[in-house]
Amino acid sequence: MNASVAPNTSVADMPDRSLLMDRSISGRRAVALPASDVPLAEMPDAAVLREDGDLQLPEVSQLDVIRYFTLLSRLNFSIDTNFYPLGSCTMKYNPKLNDQMASLGGFANIHPLQDDDSVQGALELMYELQRWLGEATGLPGVGLAPLAGAQGEYAGLLIARAALDARGEGDRKVALIPDSAHGTNPASAAMAGLDVVVVKTDEHGNVDVEDLRQKADENTCVFMLTIPSTLGLFEPNIVEINQIVHDAGGVVYADGANLNALLGLVKLGDVGVDICHSNLHKTFSTPHGGGGPGAGPVMVTEELASFLPEPIVAKNENGYRLSRPDDSIGKINGFHGSFSILVRAYTYMQALGGDGLRAVSENAVINANYIQALLRDRYDLAVDRICMHETVLSGKRQADRGVPALNIAKRLLDYGIHAPTMYFPLIVPEALMVEPTETESKETLDRFVAVMRAIDDEIDDDPETVLHAPHTLPNTRLDEATAARRPVLRWQSSS
Amino acid sequence: MSADENSTHPFIPNTSSERAEMMSTIGVDVFDSLITDIPDQHRNPPLRLPDAASELEVATRMQALAALNHDAGSRPSFLGAGAYRHFIPSTVGAILQRGEFVTSYTPYQPEAAQGVLQSGFEFQSAVAQIFDMEVANAGMYDGPTAFAEAGLMAARVSRRNRILILDTVDQRLLEVADAYTRHQQVEIEVVSQQRALSGDIPDDAACIAFQSPNFMGQIEDVQALTDTAHAAGALSVMHTYPIALGMFKPPGAYGVDIATAEGQPLGVPLTFGGAYVGLFTSKQRFIRQLPGRIIGRTTDTKGRTGYTLTLQTREQHIRRERATSNICTSTQLIGLMVSVYCATMGPRGLREVAELSYHKAHYLADAIDTLPNWRVANDGSSAVFFNEFPVVCPIPSNEVNRRLAEVGIIGGLPVVLPSDAGGNGGGPPNGMLFCVTEMNSRQDIDRLVGALADVGSEVSA
Repeated sequence: MNASVAPNTSVADMPDRSLLMDRSISGRRAVALPASDVPLAEMPDAAVLREDGDLQLPEVSQLDVIRYFTLLSRLNFSIDTNFYPLGSCTMKYNPKLNDQMASLGGFANIHPLQDDDSVQGALELMYELQRWLGEATGLPGVGLAPLAGAQGEYAGLLIARAALDARGEGDRKVALIPDSAHGTNPASAAMAGLDVVVVKTDEHGNVDVEDLRQKADENTCVFMLTIPSTLGLFEPNIVEINQIVHDAGGVVYADGANLNALLGLVKLGDVGVDICHSNLHKTFSTPHGGGGPGAGPVMVTEELASFLPEPIVAKNENGYRLSRPDDSIGKINGFHGSFSILVRAYTYMQALGGDGLRAVSENAVINANYIQALLRDRYDLAVDRICMHETVLSGKRQADRGVPALNIAKRLLDYGIHAPTMYFPLIVPEALMVEPTETESKETLDRFVAVMRAIDDEIDDDPETVLHAPHTLPNTRLDEATAARRPVLRWQSSS
Repeated sequence: MSADENSTHPFIPNTSSERAEMMSTIGVDVFDSLITDIPDQHRNPPLRLPDAASELEVATRMQALAALNHDAGSRPSFLGAGAYRHFIPSTVGAILQRGEFVTSYTPYQPEAAQGVLQSGFEFQSAVAQIFDMEVANAGMYDGPTAFAEAGLMAARVSRRNRILILDTVDQRLLEVADAYTRHQQVEIEVVSQQRALSGDIPDDAACIAFQSPNFMGQIEDVQALTDTAHAAGALSVMHTYPIALGMFKPPGAYGVDIATAEGQPLGVPLTFGGAYVGLFTSKQRFIRQLPGRIIGRTTDTKGRTGYTLTLQTREQHIRRERATSNICTSTQLIGLMVSVYCATMGPRGLREVAELSYHKAHYLADAIDTLPNWRVANDGSSAVFFNEFPVVCPIPSNEVNRRLAEVGIIGGLPVVLPSDAGGNGGGPPNGMLFCVTEMNSRQDIDRLVGALADVGSEVSA
């Protein structure tokens, strides 16, 4: 099969994109509600009531609603329509069965404060998911409460602080964080009251062991290691590194953003990690939803399990129970976690099974290395060695010819391919971080490679086209500076 | 599953021969050569998980688990307390089927994400409008985390470090606020309404934070609390229930500075407590201190209107340890449900839902008050309530719920009542917080009253 490498050329026609309020006609409605079947109660004093006509929401027909949001959906890239080689974000296929199972009435219509006896199916699901995530990471204490990866990180840091406090070392206030880390790591550390000390990356893309050795000391609370790193590399010295941190009395926290590269290949608990989180919307295929909801369960060693956030699901002779671990860091959100996301992840894990999950990681690694092997003659590699699930390219050669990474990323959009993660990790100039995931076929990867080579050609032949991309989307480049300088954040009647 | 060597898993397309070809392009013979960075002794550990299952097998197992739960969609429920069963119009589910929304990424590439961005702008517009506040962000994880971050934001804005929280708020709000502020340079102090209104506000108070309707469903004196806060140079922070704003005066009308809520009641099913969306609004002048994502309107190089993430220098991917919050993945898709809900309900629909809930709740309260041995808990104040109210049960409230479950009704939430409101001062709680919405028919309410009457009459007998 020879997939077309040609870019789209037709400019997306510009439908009427006016906002709902600008389509509003007084008196229209999109749904009717029943009349009251009870006698009307006396209304409270007018002083506490909303004034008539004060609430301005759109008045539109039901067809207006459906047509408007369907139109918006078509102004968007998505996994169902496009390839997203988006490094570190793991945009893999989201199996439809996951969504279907999450919408079953027995899951969608249960109230979080119902008696435990009336939600045994939900609790069994959570209990099993706890066990499976514990098995996959080698860290048997599992808390499903965190609502996203960053909340999982924060929970992990609260656990580290509480555990150190319990052994009288609560004054350890330093988080050691590699310079290649995601921004959430230092942001979460700051929320946890920790001072960030940056650890360098060496010329091979590994943690600079000597730098770590110097910085790990009696002030170290936690070392936050993304594994594989944001350079797409497994840390070969991981056992030694974790030993250094432990010898200094600190806790090892692994950012599980890239756990999809490790399933069945290595368990974090086996190599000395104490705490990690997993973004279920990455590794376990739950949809990104345009920016959430996610779920960020936190996994810890047996010794730290008593500090997990509330609630966890325990099992006793009366069945499954929501419970509070003895030394719990407490509640970090309203109820029990992103249950609708947990249902999806559990559905996915059943569909794959142990061998299937291992195949996920194997294929993710093969796919990334395949792209790396076929692009390395045209694009520099951040680090020239075998990668795990993603490869970090550098657009240095292209930037020298006048086209920065940003424009390469934008030009990809014209070929119907989402931009890679760019300018990250911060330590790589002109970074283009490419993660194909295991759900993409060889043909899709071949076309991506061909397109990346074609854009590299365009930089010589027709640089203006690349510099002003995208040309075929609902909008050309947007003025982000003005958006920030003079913020318009909601509909206004003059618009 | 099939033993055919070249057959693939439905989610993993490459066949073994393609993998072999790709590995040869990479220049390795066996997969293990790609993972030599993983220490030998720890490589390829056993994964003790079940075998792969077919779609049919998985669906069967999941349906069996779902069937073990008492589905509040198929029986009357009077449980609220932070998660509410409201009518969800068919449009919400229909739009939620759009894979273009469900499977899209965070809109960091605005040209390829105008759908997510414009619908997020609709979300911000609708939320700001319902709250009558100047700005709303694109959503938080849930209501309690929004409330906690409001306290932190008030501390940043006021450069003060004491967060006063009224003791009538949901305990969950306090617990999450505690977890979010534990290692910050701020102090949480729980205060009574009397104390808050006395004007005895310390100099270092960043805000007075309260919930209205409060945990017990009552409308607080928002004007007095807000004026007291402002007189002390502090901010007024209000956590609310968005459906109530269909009929009750919104926070903006009182001069509240930051207002938050659980967004779930606006079109999101209960789903055992998540995923939900937190609503977060404030005055315009605080926008550079807002947590979370914000979508702004702008123009493209051809002068056409478009939307983009904005004020990103507040966020973790740029500002790292100095960010206003650590939020990355948030709750965009749940926000979309809220947008579709608001568009569908319109101003009239939202008011009708609020008023139906109000009238039906009062109908139940009046009926309970006439039952022997039952009464609505009353601390003597004449406070107005919306659609939740506490009652004093003649037997422990857990016992009441067990009895109701036997007749297929999900009862209210067992709560401990203060002694001046009919609490029993220790022992198993005898209070129950009932919630009524437009989903409860008169017939359901009458059935509940009948069941409560049975419980009450046994006590007299």
